Amino acid sequence: MLDNNQLLRFTTAGSVDDGKSTLIGRLLYDSKSIFEDQLQAIENTSKKKGHDGVDLALFTDGLRDEREQGITIDVAYRYFTTPKRKFIIADTPGHIQYTRNMVTGASTANAAIILVDARHGVIEQTKRHSFIASLLQIPHVIVCINKMDLVDYSEEVYNNVINQFEEFASKLLVNDIRFIPISALNGDNVVNRSTNMDWYQGAPLLHTLETMHISSDINKVDARFPVQTVLRPQSESHRDYRGYAGRMASGIFRLGDEVTVLPSGFTSKIKTIDTLDKSLEEAYAPMSISVTLEDDIDISRGDMIVKSNNKPEPSQDIEVMLCWLHNNPAKPRAKYSIRHTSNEQKAMIKEIVYKFDINTLERKSEDKDIKMNDISKVKIRTTKPLMVDSYRENRTTGSIILIDEATNETVAAGMVV
Amino acid sequence: MSRYYLNYLDELESEAIYVLREVWAQFDNPVILFSGGKDSILVTHLAKKAFYPAKIPFPLMHVDTGHNFPETIQFRDNIIKDLGVELIVGSVQESIDEGRVAEEKGKNATRNALQITTLLDAIESNKIDCAIGGGRRDEEKARAKERFFSHRDDFGQWDPKNQRPELWNIFNGKHFEGEHFRAFPISNWTEMDVWNYIKREHIAIPSLYFAHEREVVWRQDSWIPNSEFLVLEEHEEIVTKKIRFRTLGDITITGGIESDADTLEKIADEVSGMRQTERGNRSDDKRSESAMEDRKRQGYF
Repeated sequence: MLDNNQLLRFTTAGSVDDGKSTLIGRLLYDSKSIFEDQLQAIENTSKKKGHDGVDLALFTDGLRDEREQGITIDVAYRYFTTPKRKFIIADTPGHIQYTRNMVTGASTANAAIILVDARHGVIEQTKRHSFIASLLQIPHVIVCINKMDLVDYSEEVYNNVINQFEEFASKLLVNDIRFIPISALNGDNVVNRSTNMDWYQGAPLLHTLETMHISSDINKVDARFPVQTVLRPQSESHRDYRGYAGRMASGIFRLGDEVTVLPSGFTSKIKTIDTLDKSLEEAYAPMSISVTLEDDIDISRGDMIVKSNNKPEPSQDIEVMLCWLHNNPAKPRAKYSIRHTSNEQKAMIKEIVYKFDINTLERKSEDKDIKMNDISKVKIRTTKPLMVDSYRENRTTGSIILIDEATNETVAAGMVV
Repeated sequence: MSRYYLNYLDELESEAIYVLREVWAQFDNPVILFSGGKDSILVTHLAKKAFYPAKIPFPLMHVDTGHNFPETIQFRDNIIKDLGVELIVGSVQESIDEGRVAEEKGKNATRNALQITTLLDAIESNKIDCAIGGGRRDEEKARAKERFFSHRDDFGQWDPKNQRPELWNIFNGKHFEGEHFRAFPISNWTEMDVWNYIKREHIAIPSLYFAHEREVVWRQDSWIPNSEFLVLEEHEEIVTKKIRFRTLGDITITGGIESDADTLEKIADEVSGMRQTERGNRSDDKRSESAMEDRKRQGYF
């Protein structure tokens, strides 16, 4: 691996029959990321189950219940590396009852792979997965039209699917959509270029993942630094050191930058940017650093340091697209803990504006019960101001979770509108 | 603007530092679970970075099975002295002496499963609310489902089907008295990433990872080191081989591989060409298809 190799996180959503597991198995197998003892275990299981040859899909089985039921329930993370990049796959189930798991996998992804069965074209599930990718603002979407071997590698079928997809995708907010005709089962256009589809001029899937431009996926304009904790060594060498430790959520800090601390509003200048290895001239997202300021200001966890000429608007009333994650439905006007970066406050869902039907992408303003897997637009009121940006501008400072104080469970995830 | 991006190792490092700081901010009494293996050494190194220029603000905890490689214990004691942090030891031997657990019987008996009781006892008696571990999701299929912040109930049990969803980088470590969390800062690292990083950062690791001459016996497809705990079968024979270890666990269950890799560069090269997973030499994982899941549910690392 070279020193400048990047990390790319992508998500796959799919259900039992659309070849998702086979695709992942193929990527791992053809990129030589499956070890012999793992392969041996899969071969043994394939034989036991009476499959012909090695069933690559078995590689993605995780927990005992999943093996027994033959389904993916929870998000599983897989890893592989090529000479160009390191990859993290968030492998998620595709069925509507697992929307929350898809949302979880999508939350950190640079790219989403959406699988379409060439025989069936765009179906409800395709729309659901695309909608989630758009809602979670995954920067790149790759639509893999799979099982091309079962439609005689037909260019016409491929073009029809693209037309269907583009027709409904015009309603979505995705900037970068690509299409690739593949056969995960036979390996066409996954790692190696297919010899069965000369009419396709684009790159195979792996090459696409290896080369797509992802440096701009993080907001580099709005400097946001949520303080995680304060470092006060009080050692002989650092007697008066007071460093604010955190991870740049977005943007860039340079020495001497004029900054404002929110919510207090005090201003100062950046004095040093420190790491164990060296002190830096500048820091950018997503670096973990410790910052000291010229002036002594009272700063603690939950505060946010931003550039004085580019501040988020602190607000107690926020509108979010809320995905409900828990079995217990939302309680109207009940109090929840709200987490936004390192900040925690109390919050109340004041109003449910509408609910989404994620299959038809239609708004339902009548039905206002929020249950597990529902996605709704809601108004939230917090006890103290939060320093939010819109999720479209900033995936880190535009996201929140709600925690039920009676159970301590995470019950919802929200994207600031 | 193209130069404003991190390479994969820097991004993994930054993520791990972020997780460690979240642990410190969200819990009252965390510890690093320290086995003397490369992963817990790596986590300790990252903790040094996370809190610099302050020292690591919590203790290291070692669950001591009594079946150690002597090199591991020496290494542990040195690192504690270097860092100036407290060491907590949970002793499996004491758990046995107190009758909390019973030694396994038979030729493949190990103290691996016994550690669970000792670990949970140590967590309870020291009022630890978060134990930071070096577990990685690429190690094993049950571990692939782990969260960064992983909840354990008041019996120390993991419920993999009922985990808290973890979105973006917002971690929820809220818990009731008696419950605790496990935190895994290097969840997203692979074995190769660990070696590349150790090489880059010149992190000191026990000599056992480097190729060396050792008395071993061939058992369950790997070279098990000779020790006072080893009981030879009739057909088995002790030989001297040049070997090294890919993972370190108890001396009774950790198999070595034949190797000439005696520098970090050579190890990284060797690992990149490996066709077996690193836990393939651990007989504790070979017992059944869900051996790891079953132990983890009960409270294992």
